[in-house]
Amino acid sequence: MTDKYTQFVSHGVGKDLAKKLGLPQPVVLRRYKAGEPLVPGPVLVLGNGNGSTVGADELAAALVGWGLDVRRAALPKEKLGAIILVLDAVEHPDELAGPVLTAAPSLRDLAPGARVVTISRTSASAANPAVAAARQGVDGLLRSLAKELRAGATANGILLADGAGTTSPSTLGALSFFLSGRSAFVDGQFLTVTSGAGRLSADADKPLAGKVAVVTGAARGIGAAIARTLYRDGARLVVVDIPAAGDHLAAVANEVHGTALQLDITAEDAGRRIIDHAVERHGGLDIVIHNAGITRDKLLANMDEGRWNSVIGVNIASQLRINEALLGSDQLHKTPRIVSVASTSGIAGNRGQTNYAASKGGVIGMVRATAPLLAERGGSINAVAPGFIETDMTARIPFATREVARRLNSLQQGGLPGDVAEAIAFLASDAAAGITGEVLRVCGQNLVGA
Amino acid sequence: MPAAAHSESAPHETPVGQGTLRRAVVVGGNRIPFARTGGAYTKSSNQDMLTAALDGLIARFGLQEERIGEVAAGAVLKHSRDFNLTREAVLGSALSAETPAYDLQQACATGLETVLGLANKIKLGQIDSAIAGGVDSASDAPIAVSEGLREILLDLNRAKSLPERLKVLSRLRPKDLAPDAPNTGELRTGLSMGEHQALTTAQWKISREAQDEIAFNSHHNLAAAYERGFFDDLVTPYRGLSRDSNLRPDTSMEKLATLKPVFGKSLGAEATMTAGNSTPLTDGASTVLLGTEEWADARGLPKLAVVVDGEAAAVDFVHGKDGLLMAPAFAVPRLLARNGLSFEDIDFFEIHEAFAGTVLSTLAAWEDEEFGRTRLGLDGALGKIDRAKLNVNGSSLAAGHPFAATGGRIVASLAKMLHDNGPVDGRPARGLISICAAGGQGVVAILEAYSAPEGR
Repeated sequence: MTDKYTQFVSHGVGKDLAKKLGLPQPVVLRRYKAGEPLVPGPVLVLGNGNGSTVGADELAAALVGWGLDVRRAALPKEKLGAIILVLDAVEHPDELAGPVLTAAPSLRDLAPGARVVTISRTSASAANPAVAAARQGVDGLLRSLAKELRAGATANGILLADGAGTTSPSTLGALSFFLSGRSAFVDGQFLTVTSGAGRLSADADKPLAGKVAVVTGAARGIGAAIARTLYRDGARLVVVDIPAAGDHLAAVANEVHGTALQLDITAEDAGRRIIDHAVERHGGLDIVIHNAGITRDKLLANMDEGRWNSVIGVNIASQLRINEALLGSDQLHKTPRIVSVASTSGIAGNRGQTNYAASKGGVIGMVRATAPLLAERGGSINAVAPGFIETDMTARIPFATREVARRLNSLQQGGLPGDVAEAIAFLASDAAAGITGEVLRVCGQNLVGA
Repeated sequence: MPAAAHSESAPHETPVGQGTLRRAVVVGGNRIPFARTGGAYTKSSNQDMLTAALDGLIARFGLQEERIGEVAAGAVLKHSRDFNLTREAVLGSALSAETPAYDLQQACATGLETVLGLANKIKLGQIDSAIAGGVDSASDAPIAVSEGLREILLDLNRAKSLPERLKVLSRLRPKDLAPDAPNTGELRTGLSMGEHQALTTAQWKISREAQDEIAFNSHHNLAAAYERGFFDDLVTPYRGLSRDSNLRPDTSMEKLATLKPVFGKSLGAEATMTAGNSTPLTDGASTVLLGTEEWADARGLPKLAVVVDGEAAAVDFVHGKDGLLMAPAFAVPRLLARNGLSFEDIDFFEIHEAFAGTVLSTLAAWEDEEFGRTRLGLDGALGKIDRAKLNVNGSSLAAGHPFAATGGRIVASLAKMLHDNGPVDGRPARGLISICAAGGQGVVAILEAYSAPEGR
């Protein structure tokens, strides 16, 4: 549920009051519902400022193919669903002015929940300083723009590595994700498309049809939301949690028509048992979501061995061991996909969470190093780093601290477990096959440690 | 493939009842942790607990919306409103609403009897899948009105006019208002089950120490099984409980020796039965998933064990010929003889621990030359079992004993033990279940580890 303050200031008296008092004005975000349009209006596609319009032209054609209402120039007063800036060929910072300033007036015409998406190349792949400057400039531009947008609109960027183009399957997959309500709480973020691999699903509402997916820590919270989202997207599920959480796990399993596996993932043979269960019951395994995680917060000065070791053991050591079993198994289906849940704490740090942040930083390192190992079998691995998400866990944070934490992002509200699940479901799909070793933050562009 | 290969829709190659028997396979089981009465499940009804056990089973094996051939379960302490308890639990579960169900009641043998009855239907080709189970709550026990008040209320309902009604009501006396609560007393002797067993225990000269040792082993074996994760795919937590609340992993012979006798106190020095070596009143539910080999294979489900055979017996305890809980002493030799087996052919003995004295009295009878000759019609004693094979993962003294749920607990656990054990001397591992029941009854069964038939 969207928090009560957001509901209050979204309508009528509350809305007027918040405006007059200069209070934060979060809105109810546009979230994915099957059958609803991808974007809430026409899509304006603008090309590079140097006359190179090939990338934009091809992309515009692809979007027309999706049945979108595409504009190559803004019409006066028309409310737009999205603005896409195709900057794949910029070679000098001077060239940014054209497309950016062309888009500028249209920002006032964005519909609520609209999207701005940039498509540019990674600066690391540029040898020329001016090219690198132009490309890296997009980074600062996009992150700042995301902070300027209001009414649930977000801005995110797609970065193309050398092997990817504007119409590569995963470029289109990432674009579709960013445009849709599935990315409601993703803001000010970049996803890098590393290769031309992948394919878009024939059925946009069932992108995971026929896939067998394992979700750890699925008994409640974000894990249960992931199971529900993967089920909605067509996957067959194995839900895993510790035996002591078995009753909640059974309820989730019965809701998503999956099988419940009561298992402590820190057990030595957890990987083999997960693989055996998936193969015996469901005929194989395509997707593994490492979601299980615990917190045992203490300032490092007061930290004890038990708190430190249990967090490292559950949050990262178990993932390493299970991945080893997965990589060593010949029973996985082709193109396995692994998605791990990291945390913004693992990126920016958090007071009282040295153990947790070490484990989540570890997840990010593990994901990057595992990507090349999985590439050999056409697989991919990525991480999602949630920021402030409304769960039973965050509901226990004292009121004032919680209220500050949930407003400190560009969308001025906490995300929902389903927002994290949407990002994971996208990264687990074949449309994201060309994206690997990446960390996607689902944090509403948290202002701390961005 | 067996001759009577069968699928949900295809007709039998051989008409039902005329083909070779099919095998009834134990796929797995699920139970909720057993709770001491007045504990975690005080506010849970039989229907709540049976539904929870069913839902855990459905989740474990992915049976959501599945139409199961038949579900049978029962409760010993049963409210009159629960006349269709099992069907109501099915309707409240994630199974297909088109799954039929029936209630069964044979005192503490209820759970095992549902397994045997449904296994027989599967063997005969009447159904391809089944769920057996049982549930009991001594916390949420039914309390009836007194016989006097019941008669008055029924007459009141029949009375047609106000004067007639007043006349009926005038018969009401204060004593009629006292409620009629259930107890474990035998209707024909007035003695409680514990008092009955105390007599049998004394008759077979079972020592206090031997009984305490059975209790000690039960707690330690059950605790060790939990520790090594044996119950991870047999138990689903319920209402904050993830292990049986009666389990005392740290109990010792010394602690057990300090307990005062609670049954057979009139026996004086011979009183040996304490709260430590007798099962407490318990709440809980259990389920067992059964099916044909084909049904399990089609769903990628495990095949742990085969239900080989079962036997019921009863004794004349009313006239004191045998102890109330001694019927299994007669059922087991009959079952073994019919299957051409002896104790040497059994690798796991699951003898329900109603009381430690029950287990030991039964073993003593089997080891007794005279009992074997005069009562069992054998040449001598039936035999001695290897104690190392007895209740190796604990039994009712530690887990507790929600009457009708005990059979399902034992069948699911034994099936897993047999499967995990692997073959013995080139044959599948074999287990014997023995459950005593009120009314002088007993039901026993043989399970065998599943092995693919030759030629498959």
